[in-house]
Amino acid sequence: MFLTDSDIQAVLLTLRLATVTTLILFLVGTPIAWWLARTRSRWKGPVGAVVALPLVLPPSVLGFYLLVSMGPNGPVGQLTQALGIGLLPFTFWGLVVGSVFYSLPFMVQPVQNAFAAIGERPLEAAATLRASPLDRFFTVALPLSLPGFVTAGILTFAHTVGEFGVVLMIGGNIPGVTRVASVQIYDHVEALAYGDAHRLAAILLVFSFLVLLALYSWRPSQPRL
Amino acid sequence: MDTNTSIAQGIHARIRIDWPGFSLDVDECLPPRGVTALFGHSGSGKTTLLRCIAGLEHAAEGQLSFNGSVWQDARTWVPTHRRPIGYVFQEASLFPHLSVLGNLRYGQRRGQRRSKRDDPCRTRFSLEHAIELLGIGHLLKRKPAALSGGERQRVGIARALAVNPRLLLMDEPLAALDLARKQEILPYLERLHDDLEIPVLYVSHSPDEVARLADTLVVMDAGRVVASGPLNETLARLDLPIRLGEDAGVVLEGRVAERDEQWHLLRVACCNAGLWVRDSGAAIDSHVRIRILARDVSIADAPTSGTSILNTLPARVLSLGADAHPALSLVKLEVSGQPVLARLTRRSAEQLGLVPGKEVWIQIKATALL
Amino acid sequence: MPSFRPLRMIAGILACCPLADAAGGEAQIAVASNFTAPMKTIIRMFEADTDHRVRASYGSTGKLYAQIRNGAPFQALLSADQARPQLLEQEGVAIAGSRFTYAIGQLVLWSAAPDAVEDGVELLKHGDFGKVAIANPRLAPYGKASVQTMMALGVKDAIEPKLVMGENIAQTYQFVDTGNAAVGFVALSQVMQDGEIAEGSGWVVPGDLHDPISQDAVILQRGADNPAVADLFDYLRSDQARAVIHDFGYETE
Repeated sequence: MFLTDSDIQAVLLTLRLATVTTLILFLVGTPIAWWLARTRSRWKGPVGAVVALPLVLPPSVLGFYLLVSMGPNGPVGQLTQALGIGLLPFTFWGLVVGSVFYSLPFMVQPVQNAFAAIGERPLEAAATLRASPLDRFFTVALPLSLPGFVTAGILTFAHTVGEFGVVLMIGGNIPGVTRVASVQIYDHVEALAYGDAHRLAAILLVFSFLVLLALYSWRPSQPRL
Repeated sequence: MDTNTSIAQGIHARIRIDWPGFSLDVDECLPPRGVTALFGHSGSGKTTLLRCIAGLEHAAEGQLSFNGSVWQDARTWVPTHRRPIGYVFQEASLFPHLSVLGNLRYGQRRGQRRSKRDDPCRTRFSLEHAIELLGIGHLLKRKPAALSGGERQRVGIARALAVNPRLLLMDEPLAALDLARKQEILPYLERLHDDLEIPVLYVSHSPDEVARLADTLVVMDAGRVVASGPLNETLARLDLPIRLGEDAGVVLEGRVAERDEQWHLLRVACCNAGLWVRDSGAAIDSHVRIRILARDVSIADAPTSGTSILNTLPARVLSLGADAHPALSLVKLEVSGQPVLARLTRRSAEQLGLVPGKEVWIQIKATALL
Repeated sequence: MPSFRPLRMIAGILACCPLADAAGGEAQIAVASNFTAPMKTIIRMFEADTDHRVRASYGSTGKLYAQIRNGAPFQALLSADQARPQLLEQEGVAIAGSRFTYAIGQLVLWSAAPDAVEDGVELLKHGDFGKVAIANPRLAPYGKASVQTMMALGVKDAIEPKLVMGENIAQTYQFVDTGNAAVGFVALSQVMQDGEIAEGSGWVVPGDLHDPISQDAVILQRGADNPAVADLFDYLRSDQARAVIHDFGYETE
C-alpha cells in the first residue's frame, strides 16, 4: 500500500493530536473523575451530565459551539485574544481543545468507575497509616484504579483518532496543521478518489480494530482487595 | 480548664452523631493503658465510636482528646493521618497492589516521618518487632491475595503496629474469621496484650474475646454506654449479665502454682485459694485468666464432701438480682475480695435463705482457663 | 387504559406520515446543498402549478454521487458542478442528453463586518487581514473558482498561508460569518437577500476572473419514464424558475 506524502502527514498529525489530547485529558479528566466518584454534592448530577454530553451530541453541534465560542466574538476567543494567544480555530491547539471536550467522557467515565470501585476502605486504611489526602491519592487510589486509566487512555486515544465532525468544524483543513486522517479520507471520498480513500480508511480500520482488540483482550491481573 | 492535668490522661470522648435511624451519644473517659473492650451487639454503635476516635466519621460532633492533646472540639479537627493511632479493620484491608512487606513499610515510613515531627518519644515498635510478634516473617514477599484470612489479619495488625502508634484501635479483628482462624490469631492478640505499653481499644461482640483480652469493659447498646469499668467489676454487675445471657460470668486472674501430672490438672493460685483446672500447658508461675460462668456456680451452706466437684470455696453473699427468666436469680458473691456470679433458681435461693452478708460455700462445676 | 398509550402513540405517529399520493406523479431528486433555498421555493411553485409531488434530498454533490453510484433511489441530480453529471452520463447511470446547466454560481469576497470589503482587488493585493476562507478547491467548484480568482489577480502565493478551507461552501460561509476568518470567498446566493447583500460587506467577483461555476442537472436511469421528473426539468428552464434562481444570486444561461 502506498500512501501519498499528504496522507502520511495526515496520519502523523492524527497520532500527534490523539497523543496530546490523551495526555491533557489524563491531567484534566482525573480530577473531574475523582470529584464525581466521591462527591455527595448536588452538583454531581449536572456536572456528570455535562461531561457525558459529547456522547450524545452530534459532533457538528459541539464543533459549531466551539467555533462560535472560540471565534473573535465568543467568550473563549476574547479570552485567548486577551491572553495574547490569538484565536484557536484553524490551529493545532484549537483542535486539541475541541478534542479534549469531545473525548472528555471517554476519559472521565472509565476513571470515575475505577475510582468508585475502590471504595472508601483502602483510603481510610491509608489515612490510618499516616498518609495525607494527596499521598493517599497517588499511592493508593491511582495504583488501584490503573486498569481504569489504561481503558480510559486507549478509548480516548482511539476516539480522538476517529474524530471527524468537530475537526471539520473548527479545523479549516490546513495540511500539516489541522488536516487529520479522517478529514483526508472525507476529502478523498468527496473528490471521488476512492482508491486513496480506501487505503487510508483501511489503515484507520485496522488501527481501530487493533486498539479495541488490545483493550478487550487485556485482562488486568488486579487482585481484589 | 483541667485539660493539662493528669485527668487528661487516656481518651476523653464526648461525641454525638445523629443519623436517620441511629444516634450515638457517648461521654466517656477511657483508661490510658491496657485493653479496653467496646462490647455490644451489632448496631450498638461500638464501631462508630471507634471510627469517631480515629477521625473517620466526619459527622461526629463533640470533643475528643487523647493524653491531653485535643483531636476534636468546636474549633479543632485533627485529620486521621495526623492522629498517632494504629487501626485494624474487620477485614484486613491490605493494599492489594503491595506485597506484605510493602504494606508494612507503607505505614512504617509515614509513621516515622510524622513521629519525628509530632512526637519526639522513642520508637515503641520497630518493624522487626511487629513482624516477629505476629509471626509473619515468612510471608513478607507475598501479595495479600496469596494469604489466608488469618494471615491477612495478622499482617493487618502488624501493619497497624508498624506505624508506631500511641493508641491502637481494633475493630472486630476476628469477626470475619472462622473459629479455627480465630484460634490461630487469639494467641497473638494475647501476646500483644502482654507486650504493648500503649492503650488498645478493642471492638468486639464476642464475650469470649472480651474475657480473654480486656482489662476494661465498656458495654454499649443503641448508641449509649450502658456500663463501663474494670473488666471483672463490670462483668459482675447484676444488671449486665441479663444482656450476656448464657455468657454471664466473671474472669479471675491468677498464677499457675502447681501441675498435677497424673490427673493432667493445674492449680491456679487465685482468691487466696487454689482452683483446679484442666492442664492447658501453661507454664508454672505464668499469669492466667480463668473464666467462671454464672451457670457453673452452685451454692451450698456447708462444704460438702462426696461430690464430683473439685473446686469448693468459702464465699459471702453480696447481693441478689433478677435474671432474664422469672424462675432464675443471679447472686453476686465475694470470694476473698473477688466478685463471682452464681445463677440458681429463685426457689433454691429462697430455701438456702440467701441474704446479703450470709456466709456460704460455692461449688464451681467447670472452670475454663483462657 | 395506560397500557394502550404506547400503541396509540405509534398509531398517531404513523398517521402523521403521508403516504405517497398515488394519483399524481412523484419525483425523487437529489439536490446540491448550495441550491437548497431556491429549490424549496421552486418545488413549492411546481407543486402548486402541477399535480406532481417532489421529494428532494439535499447534500454535498460528492456524497450524493457516491449514493447514486451505490443504488440510491434518486431519479435526478441537481449537482453543484458539471463534472459529476458528466461522469454519471459516461457511466450510463444518467440519461444521455438530459444534462443542462440550471444555474451559474456567482462568487463573492465577503466579510461579516460592514465596510470591511469595498474594493476586493485592492483588499486582496494590499489588505491587512487574518484568515481567508475558501471552499476546498478539490471538492467544491466555488473553491476552485476562488483559487482561479486569486491566481488571476496574482495574489495566490501571498494569501496561501492565510487560507483555511471549508469542506463545502456552507462551512466556508460559517467560518466567515462567525468571524473566525476575516474574509472569505462564498457564494453570492448565501449572502444575498432580495437582490442585495444583506449583511456584512462583499465584492462580487467578476465572472471573467474564473471559469463559470456551472451547476448541471441530469436525469438518472431510475427517472427515465417518470413524467414528474421530465416536467420538473422543464419547469427549471421556465421564466418563473429562472426569476427565483436570479433572486437567490445565481445566473442562468
